[in-house]
Amino acid sequence: MENNKSVMVFIEYTGESIAEVSLELICKGKELADKLRVPLEAVAVGFGKSLRSELIRLGQYGCKNVYFTEDERLKNFSSVPYAKAVVETLKRVKPQIVLFGATTTGRDLAPRVASTLKCGLTADCTDLQLGEHQIKGQTFSNTLLQIRPAFGGNIVATIVSPEHSPSMATVREGVMGINPPSGKEEHQATIIEEKISFDASCDFPSEIIEIIKSERSVDLKKAKIIVAAGMGAASAETMVLVKELARVIGAEVAVSRPVVDAGILGHDHQVGQTGTTVRPTLYIACGISGQIQHRAGMAESKRIIAINRDPQAPIFSIAHYGIVGDVKDVIPKMIKAYKNK
Amino acid sequence: MKIIVTTKQVPDTHNIVGDAMRPDGTVNRSALPTIFNPEDLNALEEALKLKEKIPSAHITAITMGPPKAMDVLRDSLYRGADDVILLSDGRFAGADTLATSYALKCAVQKLGAFDLIFCGRQAIDGDTAQVGPQLAEKLGINQITNVCEVVAIDEGHHTITVKRSTEYGEEIVKSNFPVLITITSSANDPRPASAKRMMIYKNIGKKSDAASYTDSAELTWTRDLPAPYINYIKEWNLESVGADPELCGLNGSPTKVKKIQNVVLVAGEAKMVASDEAGISSLVKELVSEHILAG
Repeated sequence: MENNKSVMVFIEYTGESIAEVSLELICKGKELADKLRVPLEAVAVGFGKSLRSELIRLGQYGCKNVYFTEDERLKNFSSVPYAKAVVETLKRVKPQIVLFGATTTGRDLAPRVASTLKCGLTADCTDLQLGEHQIKGQTFSNTLLQIRPAFGGNIVATIVSPEHSPSMATVREGVMGINPPSGKEEHQATIIEEKISFDASCDFPSEIIEIIKSERSVDLKKAKIIVAAGMGAASAETMVLVKELARVIGAEVAVSRPVVDAGILGHDHQVGQTGTTVRPTLYIACGISGQIQHRAGMAESKRIIAINRDPQAPIFSIAHYGIVGDVKDVIPKMIKAYKNK
Repeated sequence: MKIIVTTKQVPDTHNIVGDAMRPDGTVNRSALPTIFNPEDLNALEEALKLKEKIPSAHITAITMGPPKAMDVLRDSLYRGADDVILLSDGRFAGADTLATSYALKCAVQKLGAFDLIFCGRQAIDGDTAQVGPQLAEKLGINQITNVCEVVAIDEGHHTITVKRSTEYGEEIVKSNFPVLITITSSANDPRPASAKRMMIYKNIGKKSDAASYTDSAELTWTRDLPAPYINYIKEWNLESVGADPELCGLNGSPTKVKKIQNVVLVAGEAKMVASDEAGISSLVKELVSEHILAG
């Protein structure tokens, strides 16, 4: 598959709106497309008028065309038919770069698509750039540099896949920023109807018996202030203090992974590599040692206060303010100081 | 019912200590202890739970790796796997997920008909979660990922029903056999090795497919064990699984590593604040004056 065409983004639909991560990738995709001087396009699979009108609105983010496979049987994500539809679009349109959100859908769909196309796919990229790469004396310019942590987050690798097109990457929600839409109704993406013929006898091997939606109890990504508890602050009485501090200063409560594993709070409160990546204005880390997997999820907070009894805790190396002390002792002082400010 | 479990021996990346990371950013793998990839243990455990329900089920664990990877195969036998395969060849080295899934596909095809493939969702060194889905695609079978529970199995009707977790909640999904399922750490708590099986298998060695091996690598095997116990770990190489060398290893990998950087801890720049009332109070005042905390 040789080509040198568009930058394409897979659009994921939550059932109510386009997933935030898809919009973030549309914005990043636009930036890459502009540098490459090619169009930004999108590929979507699903069903319904409301999805259709959201896809048209992608024009306000600079998206030119949306290749849309619509079928009532595709209302909810299913691996085989979604992969089939995306593959057919990619084979025909031949984009040079394809981006997917690193969601449960994206991490199911993208590898299957890459396997069919025999192209490279890099998962959970934390940055995407364009650059040059040499292989056996051949120079590839403007190839996608796919940057991601590996080895449990202990290294950052730059991956390239210039010899096979497209270069594909998945990116987690909250990693790329969103630019606001133009707000102009006339900026509309063109929907190109993809006519994929599905074989009912073999293209729908999964049957969705039931979908159990659970309300997210917290949206950490939107929080401006976060009070986070690690295992050093996870006792019942300390968690009461953590929650009280959060209440008083108007913060959300987050936890590190071991605290989730211990069943103290749910996964949607988890900050870290396998949880949510957050960028609040203020992150107060209570009893968190600062393992790399946790730091990966909060290192870009504007201000970080670390409270830990251990002066050697790695968290102090990225904190702006460090307090060596017992969380049970420090939090009440903070609450008092804030009320008396 | 035939269940295949894919397993991987990985460096213990969640416990990096000492000189495992060299200053130039490369990993000193010999300084790192190796472990059974955690979510592969969950995959094996899920297969073992099914075998408890359906005693006639047969579980084969397979790993692609250097000879040292036999550790995870022995561990699989200790925990209850019926058979194990070592897929090992220098030409598989340097494989990315595409080339790995290709080699595994060749091995699975050599195993013959199967009903289920259980994979750990992802390995803790690559963290990609790609091999499972890519293996399913190459085998032309269905896949269900991020599974946290096996809800039901109907051997007679050849179906399995699982629960998968998503950002929005959970889904109950049913599929016919054959299907590849990736399993997460929340699915189960892997059982420990059985002391009895450890005694039986602790010295088990490998034996290569005689037709394919030309070098006289040592062939060691255990004493003559009666069925259902196996006597040696089967070792397969590139030829024995009919793999195309162009599609294996570095050759068969479309992704290439351009650069690796160590994540360097920036030397502590934290402004240390005294933990007494005065220190904390002045910190709070500073944050309020900078509008970081609401005034």
